Amino acid sequence: MKIDPRFEFVVDKARNRISVEREFAARQQLVWDCHTRREYLDRWFAPKPLTTRTKHMDFRPGGYWHYAMVMPDGQSFWSRLDYQSITPIDGYVALDAFSDEAGAVNADLPRARWEVAFAAAQDRTVVTTVIQYDSAQDVQKVIDMGLQAGLTSTLERLDELLLALQS
Amino acid sequence: MDNYCASLDSIFHALADPTRRAIVQRLGKGSATVTELAQPFAMALPSLMKHVGVLEAAGLLRSEKTGRVRTCMLEREELAAVERWLGEQRAVWQARYDNLDALLEQLNGEDDEN
Repeated sequence: MKIDPRFEFVVDKARNRISVEREFAARQQLVWDCHTRREYLDRWFAPKPLTTRTKHMDFRPGGYWHYAMVMPDGQSFWSRLDYQSITPIDGYVALDAFSDEAGAVNADLPRARWEVAFAAAQDRTVVTTVIQYDSAQDVQKVIDMGLQAGLTSTLERLDELLLALQS
Repeated sequence: MDNYCASLDSIFHALADPTRRAIVQRLGKGSATVTELAQPFAMALPSLMKHVGVLEAAGLLRSEKTGRVRTCMLEREELAAVERWLGEQRAVWQARYDNLDALLEQLNGEDDEN
């Protein structure tokens, strides 16, 4: 029988921060590779039924990952992750952004800082991602954008229900 | 914060079940008695009441009893957009990490063969 891996999603509203912690049944080097190599990222980063498509990956400080999460109908949501500092294989810090297909960052929308840490625990690896927004206004802007762009439809069933709740 | 996460968890748990989702959708059209709710599911009333209880505990609906008739209605207090967004973020991370589990398992297998 498969035991559910440890998963923690903690919201700190007062500090505009989300922390995601998850344990994986693999060595730290392999988990690191999966986070930092395009050929691996393309195989897991987008939640089903979306798929990931990397257009550009330059994993070094000052470099960036430019990728799309693609809906089954072909609609693409482009993002970009700019790497600020990297400490192989223990962690990296990056700035996320909404972008267009050409890779230009949408300057109207806020960016969040991602601090990703990897820690070995015997034959397993714990990954902690702290997503930090500058302000509650920034969070609100991202939410408003998501509602407008239909990003929320990635979780269609829940959305349907919430619509039903409102009607 | 703990309370907040707990309530989000109970909402997700409540909505994870297809019968309960159908109940919520039905109530989106207007209030209904327990008997009316049970009809489309060909379900015994006690089973249906269990689902109603879970939804009620999650704060998604409330029910009122008049005589022998229990009427259910959606809690009009909608989930705030922030909570909805947070719930989606949580689901996205959970789903992508499930993908990563599968990939790691595959890569581990390749490793063993080498």
